[in-house]
Amino acid sequence: MEWNEIFDVLLLRDYNTRLVVICTLLLGAACGLMGSFLLLRKRSLMGDTLSHATLPGVGLAFMVSVGMGLSDKSLPILLFGAAVTGVLGCWVVLFIRNNSRVKDDAAMGIVLSVFFGAGVVVLSLVQSMPEGSAAGLESFIYGKTASMVKGDFQILLIVTASVLLVSVLLFKEFRLLCFDESFAAAQGWPVRWLDVLLLALVTLVTVAGLQAVGLILIIAFLITPAAAARFWTDRLDRMLILSAVIGALSGWLGASVSAFFPRMPAGALIVLIAAVCFLVSMLFGSVRGVVVRFFRQETLKRKVGRQHLLRALYEILEAESAEGQAVEIRPVEFRQVRGRRTWSDAHLRRYVQQAYEDGLVRALDREVITLTDAGLMEAEKVTRNHRLWEIYLIEYADVAASRVDRDADTVEHVLGERMVATLEAKLMQLREAGSSGVPASPHPIRPGD
Amino acid sequence: MNAVSKEQIHQAPAVSGENHPLLVRDLTVAYHRKPVVWDIDLAIPEGRLVGVVGPNGAGKSTLLKACLDLIPSTSGEVLIFGEPYKKQFKRVGYVPQRESVDWDFPVSVLDVVAMGTYGQLGWFRPVKKRSKALALQALERVGLADYANRQISQLSGGQQQRTFLARALAQDADIYFMDEPFAAVDAATERAIVEVLRELQRRGKTCLVVHHDLSTVAEYFDWTILLNMRVVAAGPTDSVFNDENLRKTYGSKLSLLSEAADALMRSR
Repeated sequence: MEWNEIFDVLLLRDYNTRLVVICTLLLGAACGLMGSFLLLRKRSLMGDTLSHATLPGVGLAFMVSVGMGLSDKSLPILLFGAAVTGVLGCWVVLFIRNNSRVKDDAAMGIVLSVFFGAGVVVLSLVQSMPEGSAAGLESFIYGKTASMVKGDFQILLIVTASVLLVSVLLFKEFRLLCFDESFAAAQGWPVRWLDVLLLALVTLVTVAGLQAVGLILIIAFLITPAAAARFWTDRLDRMLILSAVIGALSGWLGASVSAFFPRMPAGALIVLIAAVCFLVSMLFGSVRGVVVRFFRQETLKRKVGRQHLLRALYEILEAESAEGQAVEIRPVEFRQVRGRRTWSDAHLRRYVQQAYEDGLVRALDREVITLTDAGLMEAEKVTRNHRLWEIYLIEYADVAASRVDRDADTVEHVLGERMVATLEAKLMQLREAGSSGVPASPHPIRPGD
Repeated sequence: MNAVSKEQIHQAPAVSGENHPLLVRDLTVAYHRKPVVWDIDLAIPEGRLVGVVGPNGAGKSTLLKACLDLIPSTSGEVLIFGEPYKKQFKRVGYVPQRESVDWDFPVSVLDVVAMGTYGQLGWFRPVKKRSKALALQALERVGLADYANRQISQLSGGQQQRTFLARALAQDADIYFMDEPFAAVDAATERAIVEVLRELQRRGKTCLVVHHDLSTVAEYFDWTILLNMRVVAAGPTDSVFNDENLRKTYGSKLSLLSEAADALMRSR
C-alpha cells in the first residue's frame, strides 16, 4: 500500500474504486441533510425502525422478480420492495401508538425486531432457491460497496439531487415543522403531509444507502453527521450544510479506506469515520464543544479574578489616599486584600501570579502586592467600569438585562459616551448628597488612552 | 353587547347579520374516547378581550385547540368570522404554551418571530427582508428588539413567552388565541403582555386568552368564559364573573377561591 495508491483512490483517479467513492460521498451528503431534519424532528428511532423493516421487502421483492422470470438481481425492484416494507413498518408503529397504550419506544422496538426477524426468515428461504445464493442479498444487511454498479450511481445521484432540491425549496416549512408542529398546523400547513414527505425522503435515502452501508448502520450515517454539526453552529442553515459536508467526508474517506481492506465491511468503516468526526466535534466544536467550553470558562475565570484583584487593590489604595488626591501606588499587604474578598490564600496567590505575568504588579513578594503603573491604570479603568455599571443597573433596571455587558472593555463601548456622562454626573450627585458606599468614579480615562 | 343566549347561537347566521369572530356550536371534544368538553356554545363579539377560566382539567386548552382544528372534535362546529377554520388561517393568530417547543432548537429569536409571516409567504418562498422587518417590528412591540439575534436557548421564561407573542403579532391576525400566556412569567413580562393585549383591542382585534389567575380576570378581560367541561357562563365580565358562577365553576369546596372572588367583588 503506497502513498500514491492511496491518493489515487482518494482523488478518484483509480478507475475501480472511483464509482464506489463517489457514490458513498453522495450518499453521505444526502444522509447529512435528511439526518438533520430527522434529528431535529426527534424521529431518529423511527429511522432505525424503517431501515430494519426493509429486510423482508428485499427478500420478497427478489422472490417476486424470480417469479416474474428475471434471473438477475434487479436493483430497482429490490429497492422498491425495501421501501414498501420499510414504510409499512413505520405505519405499523403509528397504528400501535394510536390504537393501544404501548408507547413509542416499545412500539418501535417491537416492529424493528419483528420485521428484521421476518426478513432473516425470508432471506433463508431465498438461499434455498437456486438463484438465491448467487444474489448475495445478505449484503443489504452489512453493506457491500464492492457490488455497487452504475445503477447505484444513477440512483444516488437522483436521490441526493432530490433531497437537496426539497431541502432548499421547503427549508422554512421543514424548519417550522421541526420547531413547532402545533403552530405550523394552526397556521394552515398540512403537517401530516409534510411529515409524510420527510419520511419519504428518509426512506429514499435509507434505501439508496442499503448497498453501501447496510441496513444496520444506515441510521448511524443519518444521525452522526447531523449530531456532529450541532456542535459547530447555532443556525439551522449552517447545520444542514455542515452536516452534509461531514457526511460526504465520512463517505469519501470511509469508502477510500475500505478499498484497501476489501474484507472489512465498508459500512462499518464509514460509520467509524463519522463517529470520529462526531467525537472531534463534541470535544472541539467551536460553539458547543466540551474542550472549547472548558477553556472559555477558564479564560473567563482568569479575567474575572484579575478584575476583582485590581479593584480590591485600587479601593484599598483609594481609601489610604487623601480626599481629592490622586491615588498613589503603595505596597498592599496580602492580609488586607484577603480581607476584602473571600479568597483562599492559594487563589489569591494565583491571581497575583497571573497579574505579574500580565505586567500589572511588580516583582513577586510573599508579603505585599505592588501595582505597576500599567497596573494602576488598568485598576482605575476596572473600578470605574464597575461603578458605572452599578449605577446603570440602579437607574435603568428595566432595560439593563439586555444592555449590560460586563465583558466590554469600557462602558462607553456599550452605552456610548453621552450615557456615560449622564451616569458619571449621577455618581457625583450621589457622592455630594452624602450617600455612603457610592464613591465617585475615579479620574475618567478616555477611550483611546 | 350582552351575553348571547343558546337559541341565538344556534340560529346565529340567520339572526344576526354580523359575523362573530368566534362562533362555537354544540362542540364536543373527546380525548382517548372520554369527552373532555361537551355541548359548548359560544358567540364572541368583535373587539373583546376574552378570558377563559376554569379549574385544572376543565378543558380550557382543549377548547382552544379544538377551535384551531389542532385536535379533532367529536361533534359540533367552529366558525371564525362565519367560515370554517380552514378558510380563515390568515385571520387567526396563535400563541401556544411554552412547553410545546424544544427551546434548544438551533434558531434565533428573530427567526422564530419571522415564522409568523410564513402564512403570508406561502409555499417555497424563502424568508427575506420583509419578513425579517415585520418580525423586528413585532419584537419592538413586546420589548425584545435587543434580543433579535440571540439563540432561543438563552431566553428566560418571560422572554420566551414574549417571543411567542411577537410571532403571533407578526401574523397580523384579526382574532388571537392564546394558551396560558401569563403562566409563570415575571411581573414586567405580565405588564408587557397586558399592554399588547390592550393595544390589540384598541385596534379592533379580538383575543381569546386561557387564563389561570382569578385575581386578575376582572382587571384584564372585558369578557369572560367560565368553563368546567361545559360552559358555566359566558358574557361581559361585569355580569358573569360573580360569586355564584365561580362556585358553579370551581365547586363550593374550593372556599379559598370563592373567598378570593368575594374579596374582589367587594373591593370593586
